Amino acid sequence: MPDSTTSRVSLTLGSTIESVDTVERTAEDFAQRAGFDADTIPNIVMAVREAAVNAVLHGNAYDPAKQITASFETNSDSLVVRIADQGPGFDPTRVPDPLAPENILRGSGRGIFLIRAFMDEVHFRQLHPGSELTLIKHRAPAQPAT
Amino acid sequence: MSMKVTTRQVDGITVLDLSGRITLGEGSVTLRDAVRDALAKGSRNILLNLGDVSYIDSSGIGELVSGYTSVKNAGGELKLLNLTKKVHDLLQITKLYTVFDIWDAEASALSAFK
Repeated sequence: MPDSTTSRVSLTLGSTIESVDTVERTAEDFAQRAGFDADTIPNIVMAVREAAVNAVLHGNAYDPAKQITASFETNSDSLVVRIADQGPGFDPTRVPDPLAPENILRGSGRGIFLIRAFMDEVHFRQLHPGSELTLIKHRAPAQPAT
Repeated sequence: MSMKVTTRQVDGITVLDLSGRITLGEGSVTLRDAVRDALAKGSRNILLNLGDVSYIDSSGIGELVSGYTSVKNAGGELKLLNLTKKVHDLLQITKLYTVFDIWDAEASALSAFK
């Protein structure tokens, strides 16, 4: 039975790959308890992991003096995940399109694209310092009884 | 589960059997090193068997692309074998499905190398 009450968890973690793994596991746990289906959960998990990777790698550059924060909230409408770093900030409008022919064979640059592909809403906020990504996945509307 | 690679030679083609997660850090580095080692040993035809790859993130996809480019620049070919549905779907949405030569049967994949 999916849990439609509001649940919140907030994590503050170091800028490490282990932190990315922790965020990923938490995302999977939240998505399962929120009642998302077996096809949707891996996509949510992937999007959240990509956001955490961006925070650790591109935002904080693995700086041990900097942290990432990850907050998870589920309510009756959606799962909301916020990932923040303490880095120099970035302009999401300047991220190259990984599908453009000149970029298709690049060895990196697909994280934001995958986040947008798998989540219903993606919002960027500059924190000065740092950036925050908000990822939202809406619950499917209830099907009428037949 | 960290990434593991086993290497075998079949008819002059290097087959890299990958298992585990190809993700930022150990997994993607392991893949990168395996392709580089094969090239350093003179291999030019490389088949990546992804049948036991349980998860790949954008870093892992990037390493697949980098491997493809490295092998191509060395005058060889890199092909993919046994994609799981998830990896298949990721390569499709990133428009890489038509870049790679992808097979679901090893014998056919091996025959396809020039």
